[in-house]
Amino acid sequence: MSALLELKGVDAAYGQSKVIHGLDMAVEEGGITALLGANGAGKTTILRTVCNVRTRASGVITFAGRRIDGMQTEDIVRLGVAHVPDGRGTFVHLTVAENLTLGAYTRRDRAATEQDMERMFGYFPRLRERVRQQAGTLSGGEQQMLAIARALMLRPRLLLLDEPSFGLAPLVVQEIFRILARINAEDRVSMLLVEQNANLALAMAHDVYLLETGRIVRSGPAAEIRSDDAVRRAYLGY
Amino acid sequence: MDAFLHQLLSGLANGGIYASIGLALVMIYQATHHINFAQGEQAMFSAYVALTLIQAGVPYWLAFLAALAFAFVAGVAIERVVVRRFANAPVLSVVVVFLGLLFIINSLAGWLFTYNVQAFPSPFPAGLGGRYLSAHEIGMIAVTLAMLAVVYAFFRFTPLGLAMRAAAQNPESSRLVGIRVGWMLALGWGLAGAIGAVAAIMAAPIVYIEPNMMAGILLYGFAAALLGGIDNPWGAAVGGFIVGVIENLAGAYAVGTELKLSVALVIIIVVLVTRPAGLFGRTVVTRV
Repeated sequence: MSALLELKGVDAAYGQSKVIHGLDMAVEEGGITALLGANGAGKTTILRTVCNVRTRASGVITFAGRRIDGMQTEDIVRLGVAHVPDGRGTFVHLTVAENLTLGAYTRRDRAATEQDMERMFGYFPRLRERVRQQAGTLSGGEQQMLAIARALMLRPRLLLLDEPSFGLAPLVVQEIFRILARINAEDRVSMLLVEQNANLALAMAHDVYLLETGRIVRSGPAAEIRSDDAVRRAYLGY
Repeated sequence: MDAFLHQLLSGLANGGIYASIGLALVMIYQATHHINFAQGEQAMFSAYVALTLIQAGVPYWLAFLAALAFAFVAGVAIERVVVRRFANAPVLSVVVVFLGLLFIINSLAGWLFTYNVQAFPSPFPAGLGGRYLSAHEIGMIAVTLAMLAVVYAFFRFTPLGLAMRAAAQNPESSRLVGIRVGWMLALGWGLAGAIGAVAAIMAAPIVYIEPNMMAGILLYGFAAALLGGIDNPWGAAVGGFIVGVIENLAGAYAVGTELKLSVALVIIIVVLVTRPAGLFGRTVVTRV
């Protein structure tokens, strides 16, 4: 396997305050990489830095062999990077259908786009029921499904997921993770997953990075990390 | 009764102008949360472009379209060259920039076209006039309604219109689906400029053309936008027609024509005091 996304010596800051220090990490093509760490460790910042939203960064970021550091967000997205942002980023005044249409904004293959919309309704039947409804009126879980579906409408090569389990009922979380695993297996969409729920992330991911106050402290295959006693005690609590 | 109907319908005709200006103001407000005080002057200047072309022998509707194209390009240019630099500036700086644009465009028009009041042709033959409305008023209603319909269809049914709405509401999420938000803002300025130009060209045969022709109209457009809801374009359009009718009826039956302009100010104050979100606006709840 080769790396689809690679970060080398990346520093990132909001204004004057530096949050990420000398980060080296990679997401393998077709793999699921999880980024674990406590609140404020810098997980969300790393995802934002990849897409160049809000942060100021230095270092080298390559996607599919191309330098993307310093590129405009719109151009990075057009290369096939979809981002399910912190807070879901719903277009609250638009309908569910319009939200999904926007996800495919950069695509010109209309027939395939419509097929994909049907596919999303297959994954998330709740969205079909609410297709003409204003997205702001959806529940948290439905908005999370919408955010994932909107990102998938891009037909991305890489999906960045910022805490898809946040604030959701356990059953909804299970449902969403089951679908994500299926999309990864069937469509070979690579994923970089930020999670606070370490159990969930370790169960699904192939590779894991542990982050503490802006630095990688441990990385490796998920199986190895899972069986590490120190990690288990610190992150899983048993 | 005849006099009343005449006042009512001619109020609707004027209302179309206010609706257009109100719509232009709201389009820019939605994207930037600022009122473009130079909207009226941009429109006035475009009307002068139309007049210059007509006087040079260009057929009316061709000159009309050329002026719209000019207004569109000028709007895009103003956003890209000037307004963009103040995207993160404090509110007061932006207000000063817009006021500066107002005076610059106004003086430029005075310098190029003089401050003399000039007549402006109407494309609608006088014979079309009916019992209650002049030919121009009927044509004016038709043109503004057609324009509102086109703008509505554009925003409602085209991918570009959807992208522009998205960019105004949620710039960050828009970037994350690949929308070039900067260009969408510029396009919005261009469209607002063109909509304003239609209003000025339609109003010019009635109020005559001179560099200050839009001062009162902008005030009514602002009243229309506030009445309908400053964040709701269609509310602003409806607000425009309501303001036009109120203005005419108040002028005829209550305050007289001399005090007509203060009607706009009264509407603005009453709306802000009693219902700041307007008739069709969203009440924004801020968590504290």
